[in-house]
Amino acid sequence: MARFVLHRLVLTIPALFGLLVLTFIMLRVVPNDPSAALAGENATPEQIAEVRRAYGFDQPLWKQFVIYVGQVGTGNLGNSIISNRPVLRDIADRLPATMELTFVSLLFATVVGIPIGAIAAVWYQSLFDHAVRVLTVAGLAIASFWFAIILQMIFAMELDWLPLRGRFPEGLAPPYHLTGLYFVDSLLTLRFDLFGRAAEYILMPAFTLSLAGLASIARFTRAGVLETLQKEFVHYAEAAGYRRLRIIWVYVLRNSVVGATTQIGLLFGGLISSAVAVEAIFDWPGVGSYAVNAILSSDYKAVLAITLVVGLIYALVNIMVDVVHAWLDPRVAEKL
Amino acid sequence: MTSPQTTPRLDIRDLSVTVQTDEGEAKILDRASLKLMPGSIHGLVGESGCGKSTLMRAVLGILPKRGRASQGEILLDGRDLLKTSATELQSEVRGGQIGFIPQDPYQAFNPVFKVGTQLLETMRGKPAAQRDANIMSLLRSVQLPDPEHALDRYPHQFSGGQRQRLLIAAALVSTPSVVLADEPTTALDVTTQAQILKLLRGLAEARGLSMLFVTHDFGVVAQLCDTVTVMYAGQTVESGPVRQILTAPLHPYTRMLLACHPDRGTALAGIPGSVSSPLRPPSGCRFHPRCPSARPDCSAAVPPVTEPGDRHSVRCVLHAMGVAA
Amino acid sequence: MLILKKFLRDVPAVLGFGIIVALCLIALLSPLIISDLERIYDGDLAARLQPPSLEFWFGTDSLGRDVFARVIVGSRGALQVALSVVALAIGIGVPAGLYAGYTNGWGSQLVMRLTDVFLAVPQLILALSVAQLIGRGLGSAMAALALTYWPFFCRTVYGEVRRLRNALFIEAQQCLGASTPRILFVHVLPNVASAVIVRATIGMGFTIMTTAVLGFLGVGATPPNPDWGLAVAEGRDYLPQSWWTVAFPGLGIFITVLGFNLFGDGLRDLVDPRLRRSR
Repeated sequence: MARFVLHRLVLTIPALFGLLVLTFIMLRVVPNDPSAALAGENATPEQIAEVRRAYGFDQPLWKQFVIYVGQVGTGNLGNSIISNRPVLRDIADRLPATMELTFVSLLFATVVGIPIGAIAAVWYQSLFDHAVRVLTVAGLAIASFWFAIILQMIFAMELDWLPLRGRFPEGLAPPYHLTGLYFVDSLLTLRFDLFGRAAEYILMPAFTLSLAGLASIARFTRAGVLETLQKEFVHYAEAAGYRRLRIIWVYVLRNSVVGATTQIGLLFGGLISSAVAVEAIFDWPGVGSYAVNAILSSDYKAVLAITLVVGLIYALVNIMVDVVHAWLDPRVAEKL
Repeated sequence: MTSPQTTPRLDIRDLSVTVQTDEGEAKILDRASLKLMPGSIHGLVGESGCGKSTLMRAVLGILPKRGRASQGEILLDGRDLLKTSATELQSEVRGGQIGFIPQDPYQAFNPVFKVGTQLLETMRGKPAAQRDANIMSLLRSVQLPDPEHALDRYPHQFSGGQRQRLLIAAALVSTPSVVLADEPTTALDVTTQAQILKLLRGLAEARGLSMLFVTHDFGVVAQLCDTVTVMYAGQTVESGPVRQILTAPLHPYTRMLLACHPDRGTALAGIPGSVSSPLRPPSGCRFHPRCPSARPDCSAAVPPVTEPGDRHSVRCVLHAMGVAA
Repeated sequence: MLILKKFLRDVPAVLGFGIIVALCLIALLSPLIISDLERIYDGDLAARLQPPSLEFWFGTDSLGRDVFARVIVGSRGALQVALSVVALAIGIGVPAGLYAGYTNGWGSQLVMRLTDVFLAVPQLILALSVAQLIGRGLGSAMAALALTYWPFFCRTVYGEVRRLRNALFIEAQQCLGASTPRILFVHVLPNVASAVIVRATIGMGFTIMTTAVLGFLGVGATPPNPDWGLAVAEGRDYLPQSWWTVAFPGLGIFITVLGFNLFGDGLRDLVDPRLRRSR
């Protein structure tokens, strides 16, 4: 198993390296002459040249790349134009909010999606199955930003049941910062009232974000279960006298889920993409809304840093998914 | 081995099974009958598609959703399984009184669960001590190497022959009185096949099992079985002691089937024509379109069962009137 | 025509196809449907934010523009953009996939590593950073989307070519002396085509959705383009009273993407159940 993890890590390195190259190219291409921009509008040619030397822009491109990689390695991704703080610090501050939102969405999508998909498969061609098929396809066609706005309109504006935007009520102090995750922190500090407030605020964003994931999970669970039900070991289990409920919920489900784990990685990518718009709409203080602000203000260092960080996280998530896959299906690890 | 004339462990009487398909009603089984005597190994021979699997599924109570038994009885120690509830069938009969050995050891196991979990699945709810002691001795009796660690391994870590042994053990875990074996050696190579057959024979004798062995290969029947039933297109055409049937087959189909076997026939023999579709079966005896000795009354009605020999029964008009073919 | 019969039995797929056809017709015939195309750009401020009525079927927006007309013309833009993006992605991805799948050397490896790089980041993020690079606007959004989507075509084609390469008939052709380009175009491509078409259909839906998101965020289409995503963003400030400014463009996105998804699913089931696994 350790060998498998190592193998997977090694496989990811070229892609991440390529990403570094890509972002470097984008970094150097964007400002036509970064030294001129940095030196200011009224700079003399000598001053511009000075800036160029100071920033190392006069070095050959490959040397600049090496410097860049070094910078990335030490976490120096530049400063944000807007906040004037190191971009990485900005991102780190906002990461817990995004992680919490993503995690709650994924949890909901999985807990609801898998049983729905499984039941639809077991009750194949029933009314429930048809309904699930229709709803899941529809769910994938609904634009999450549109859905978010509609939800806001109904539940916040019209009915006033839920807060319109934000992660926490203004003026109220959030739970003591232990992890940055409000749910965890509020529970750890035994502030159940704060837990409730956090839940109120996360409800709409998380539900919006989970929609596409739920539809996706229900679909491939259904497909997986349908396929597994055809397998020989299901017929054998029945003939050998296994209890029907156990056959479906333990034996078949595990096989279907195992087959679908690779889909979860793709799902996560979609989740991150959707999170950008959803965070912007709900004013959720995460990396997504940060990205939107950054791009609208042409804060290119921030955008590139986000690209790198998201790429890294995405790669790690995919590795974890593969590891879980190997753990669930022992044949995978041994294929090496 | 001889068995006293007692009541059969498994008595299938005039079983007819139909399955609804998109193209109409398929009459898969037509008055099939079979008796499995206590302590004997009874073979069920027939070509692919003759209904042997359906017969087994009917016994186990797992006919496909659109299938039903339209007539007949399946008596297990006197109790009609067709009138038994689904819950009882699952909890008491399957994995209880009847053990099942599947055909393909490569596909029967669920690859993501340990072998132990699957073997002991039917014993869930029973006291642990009884379970563990039982399984270890069982694994030893099927001659599985390294039984102590076997339960913690995954199916792909075993060879085909080993998996088949495990499946045999799984069938015996609940100490059944009847074992249904669905061509369990088809997927194995010849050497392993011989070993498994020998093992089955030994186990059956040692534990007094009554085994119904389904196969398409008469050669296996000759090696393993005491008695045999021959099936064609959903009808049981001949039954009797193996020796008798091999030396003096009565039904024309049995004769031709035996002639086909490479060990018997001199030339590559075949049976002209092809098996009829269960959607539009021939009337009366279903073999009559291909039978060289067919008579007009063959298609009139299904011939009655007669017993020309000692426990040797046949369903054919040629023997109904005592005329030798 | 057995395939056609089988397809016709798949009701959702036929529905999807119907939607697509209707959409194309609407897009093509929009000059006929909307008598005065100027209405979508110059609104009558006196008639701003009117609810749906007989005169304005979908109401008017904040600048007095006819929402119905804008949604209709928006469909045209959506289809054009999606077609261009997918065509571009195919233009890059399919040859790359053919090359990588058929050859064996470091060139093949390089192409696949390149797809890894582009797939290392979720598509929207990559689209955002590329869009920022080229400058915001519809053109750069299109380029960005094509750049993020070509790896899917490359991978699909690569997989199919690899599968076919080991097939006996390719070997037979080689023995008969057929040249590599000939083998690729005459024998491999037709087999690969069905997978590409399925992927392209699904890609259309995906592109329309992502274009709308980019338009909404302000990174794609710019005013006064009647892009659906942009329309939703513009109408957002006038909620909840003027719900029609948001509801109808969003509905346009929904129906369009639904159509392509349904049809794409049907095609996939028809062509190859194996493809069900990938996106």
